[in-house]
Amino acid sequence: MNLGEIKEILKAEVICGGDRLEEEVKYAGASDLMSDVLAFGAPGILLLTGLTNAQSVRTADIIEAKAIVYVRGKRPDKEGIELARQKGIPILSTKFMMYKSCALLHSHGLPGVDEFKKQG
Amino acid sequence: MTMGDENRFLQSFEIEGKNFGKAGSISTKVKEILQEIGIEPTVIRRVAIATYEAEMNVVMYARRGELTLNLSPTEIHIEVEDEGPGIEDIELAMQEGYSTATEEMREMGFGAGMGLPNIKKNSDKFEIFSTPGVGTSVHIVLYLNQSVRK
Repeated sequence: MNLGEIKEILKAEVICGGDRLEEEVKYAGASDLMSDVLAFGAPGILLLTGLTNAQSVRTADIIEAKAIVYVRGKRPDKEGIELARQKGIPILSTKFMMYKSCALLHSHGLPGVDEFKKQG
Repeated sequence: MTMGDENRFLQSFEIEGKNFGKAGSISTKVKEILQEIGIEPTVIRRVAIATYEAEMNVVMYARRGELTLNLSPTEIHIEVEDEGPGIEDIELAMQEGYSTATEEMREMGFGAGMGLPNIKKNSDKFEIFSTPGVGTSVHIVLYLNQSVRK
């Protein structure tokens, strides 16, 4: 599934990285706890979060996330957007809540990072 | 930056306590340095995660700290020393889920009691020393040749 399809499924707004919507995402993970994200994250992951400060972007960069989706209409703060631009991390924002966002992506075939790892 | 000899890389970075705006910037810098040197991506990732957690601990709890990156042809050593409240019970602090974080720290997405366990998990060697009221020192080692990983 590519970022453009994820944008459509989540009826999301693209905040930055609109030129990278063709890029493929193979798995996703969701949390507001950045230490959890650091524990389960894997390179190329799609990160769904409600945490809007710059640490969410910093964490995504550290784990080499493919992109970030902010749920419940949230948007990252100014520092976060600036950092995402510098690091080339696309950012989407959806009005759907975390539960529905995850359910929609999963039902369209995007597995969780743990499922993907088990599949090998 | 100091270069000990041509086979070693040594650099120290100052970490400001309570400066949440800059939190994580040292780890990003370390990651960029290791990428420039051409270290294997899976090793860089583990260093970046361990360093980021350690840096966040300094920012959240300490007045100041220093991170030293010491790279030899076979190992990466990272030392993070801080001046801060220290840790009373290290064994307890190492347990997943144990946390003394404030509401402000939790709002930053940290303080879930995963920091020290995450650092240990991403290191090949991990040591922590702390003196309550003085500060904490974390020393991690990653082997560049992962076949010697213990």
